Amino acid sequence: MLEGGTQRQAGLDMRALRFALVLCLLLAVAVGVYVFAAGPPAIDPITPPAAASFDPAVVKRGAILAAIGDCDTCHTAPGGRAFAGAVAIPTPFGTIFSTNITPDAATGIGAWSEAAFQRAMRKGVRRDGAYLYPAFPYDHFTQVSDDDNRALYAFLMTRAPVHATVPANTLSFPFNHRTVMAGWNLLFLSPGPSNVYATMDAGTARGLYLVEGLGHCGACHTPRNFLGAEKFGDALAGAEVEGWTAYALDASSPAAVPWTAAALYRYLRDGFEEHHGVARGPMAEVVANLRAAPEEDVRAIATYIAGQSTKAGAQKQASQQVAVQARRGEAVAAASADSQANRASVGSSDGGEGAVIYAAACAGCHEGPRAMPYGGIDLALSSAITGPNADNLVTIVIDGLPAVAGIRSPIMPAFGNVIDDGQVAGLAKYLRGRFTDKGSWSDIEKSVRDARGSGRAVTVSSTRMDQR
Amino acid sequence: MKLDINNRQHDVDVDPRTPLLYVLRDDLKLNAAKFGCGLGQCGACTVLVDGKPVFSCVTPLALLAGKKITTVEGLGTTDNPAPIQRAFIEEQAAQCGYCIAGMIMRAQALLLGNPHADDAEIRAWLEPNLCRCGTHMRILRAVRRAQELIKTAQTGAAG
Repeated sequence: MLEGGTQRQAGLDMRALRFALVLCLLLAVAVGVYVFAAGPPAIDPITPPAAASFDPAVVKRGAILAAIGDCDTCHTAPGGRAFAGAVAIPTPFGTIFSTNITPDAATGIGAWSEAAFQRAMRKGVRRDGAYLYPAFPYDHFTQVSDDDNRALYAFLMTRAPVHATVPANTLSFPFNHRTVMAGWNLLFLSPGPSNVYATMDAGTARGLYLVEGLGHCGACHTPRNFLGAEKFGDALAGAEVEGWTAYALDASSPAAVPWTAAALYRYLRDGFEEHHGVARGPMAEVVANLRAAPEEDVRAIATYIAGQSTKAGAQKQASQQVAVQARRGEAVAAASADSQANRASVGSSDGGEGAVIYAAACAGCHEGPRAMPYGGIDLALSSAITGPNADNLVTIVIDGLPAVAGIRSPIMPAFGNVIDDGQVAGLAKYLRGRFTDKGSWSDIEKSVRDARGSGRAVTVSSTRMDQR
Repeated sequence: MKLDINNRQHDVDVDPRTPLLYVLRDDLKLNAAKFGCGLGQCGACTVLVDGKPVFSCVTPLALLAGKKITTVEGLGTTDNPAPIQRAFIEEQAAQCGYCIAGMIMRAQALLLGNPHADDAEIRAWLEPNLCRCGTHMRILRAVRRAQELIKTAQTGAAG
C-alpha cells in the first residue's frame, strides 16, 4: 500500500514486461493454432428442434439450473426479451455484448445441436468453431456435467425464439481477434469436469460443484490478472466488478461477524441478513434467481462458502466486540456526542459534518427499534462499512435501495439529490471511523465521483423470475 | 442558518440536524409538505431542492446551505395555480389528499427535467410516493394533463 515511487515504477516495468511476454506467447499460440490446427471445427447447423421433442421434466430441471447459473443477468437486457442478449459487459479490454441464446436459428442458438452447446459450455467454443470470450464464464461452466448441460440445452431451446442481432464487441487489439483466446485457454482454462467431486462427501461436492461450476461465484468474487483470468490461488478473495465491490468470501472476508452457513443461507434466500447486509447490484440478481433453486442446493452453496471463511473466525473476535458495542438501541443523540471523540480519533475535521448527517439522516432507521428489512442494518455489522473501500457504501447513499414490487425487501431513500460529493465523502469517512476499528479508506473522493451518475443499476432482489 | 425557500430568504435558528420538514411546518408554517412515515419511505414530505425531489423528513438542514427549496406554496396561488396544481384540481386527483403535496412536487420535478415523459416514465418516476386511497389513475391523468397545459397555454405561471 505504501509503496514508494521507485518501487511502483519498477512494479509497472515488470508488469509491462510480463504483459509483453505473455502477449507474445498468446500471439504465438494463436498463430500456431491458426496455421497448423486452424482451430476447432464447426459443428453442423441443425433445424431448431420442436419444443415438444424435449422431455418437460428435463426442461424444468434446466430452468432451475439456468437460474442457478444466473444466465439472464447477462443474457437478458433490462426490459428486453428474455435471453435475447445485447447486454453491454464492460471489461478492461473493451465492451463485450452478451449473445442471443434464444432458439432463433439466424441470430440465436436455434441451429446449435446439443453437442455444440456442450462444447461451448465445456471449452468456450461457438458452434461455428470461433472462440468465445471468458466474459461468458466457461472457465467455470467447464465443470458442468453433461447431464446438467443437457437440461440447460432443453430449457434454452424451448424458450421463445427472438430474432435479434446484438451489437458488435468493441475490443482492443489483439483481443478483437478471437483466435487469441486459443492462447488464453491454453494458459488459463483447465477443462472439466474435475474428478475431485468423487473424493468428497456428497454435500461438499455439491457445494463445490455449484460454486465453482454453474454458480460461477468466482467470476465476480475472485480477483483477475492483467489478462482477465481469475488469479490462481486467490479464489474468492474479493474483487471489483462494474463499480461494485464483490466482497472476499475466503478467510479475508471483511464481515464483522463471521459468516455461518445458516446466515449465508438466509442471505441467499431473502437477499438480506441482519448481521451482514443487503444483496444489491449484481448480487441482487443472483438472489432473485436463486429463488428458483431448491433449498438443498442453496444450503450446499452456503455451507461451502461459509467453510471457505471459517479460518477467519478467530481473528474476527476483536472486530466482533466493536460491532457488539455499537448495537442497535443506542440513542440517536449518542451519535453526535461520539462525534466529538471521533473527530480526534479519526483525525479529520470532516467527522463533524459526517456525524451531523449520520445523526439526522441515517440513525433514525439504522439505530431504530425495527429489525431488517423494515429497519436499517446496524452499521457496525454492515460489510459496506467494514469492506475494503467505500464504493458500495457511497453508491447506496447516493442512489438508495429502491422498493421491489411484491417482495418484502429492505429499502433506503436515495440522498443523491441533496447531498454533495464532499458531504458523501465526509459521511463515509465518519461511518468508517465510528463503526469499525479498521484504517480509513483511501480515495473516498474517487469512489464518490465514480458512483455519481454511474447509471449503475441499484436493484434489490428483483422479481425477474415472474417475467419469464 | 439561512434557507432559500420559494425564492424567499428565511433565517432560522435551529440545530443543523433538524429535518427540513420540521422547520417548514413548525417554524415557517409552510404546511403543504406532510409528515407521513418520517423514514423517507412514503413521499408525503417530498419537496424540491434545486429542482430535484427530496424527502424533507430525512433531509437535515445541514445539507441545505445555499440550495433552493421549493414547496407547493412556491408553485402558485389559489387564484392563480401553477399548471401542475390546475391539472390536479381538474382531474380531482385528491381523495383524502394527504399524499398529494408530495405527489405534486415529485411530478413537478418531472415536468422540469423531462417535460415529455411518456406513461411508463411517469409511472416509474412517481413510484417512490405512496397513495393509500388508490387514486393513482387520477394522479397519472393529472400529470399528463399538466403536460398538455404547459404545452398549450403559454400564459403566465408556466412551469
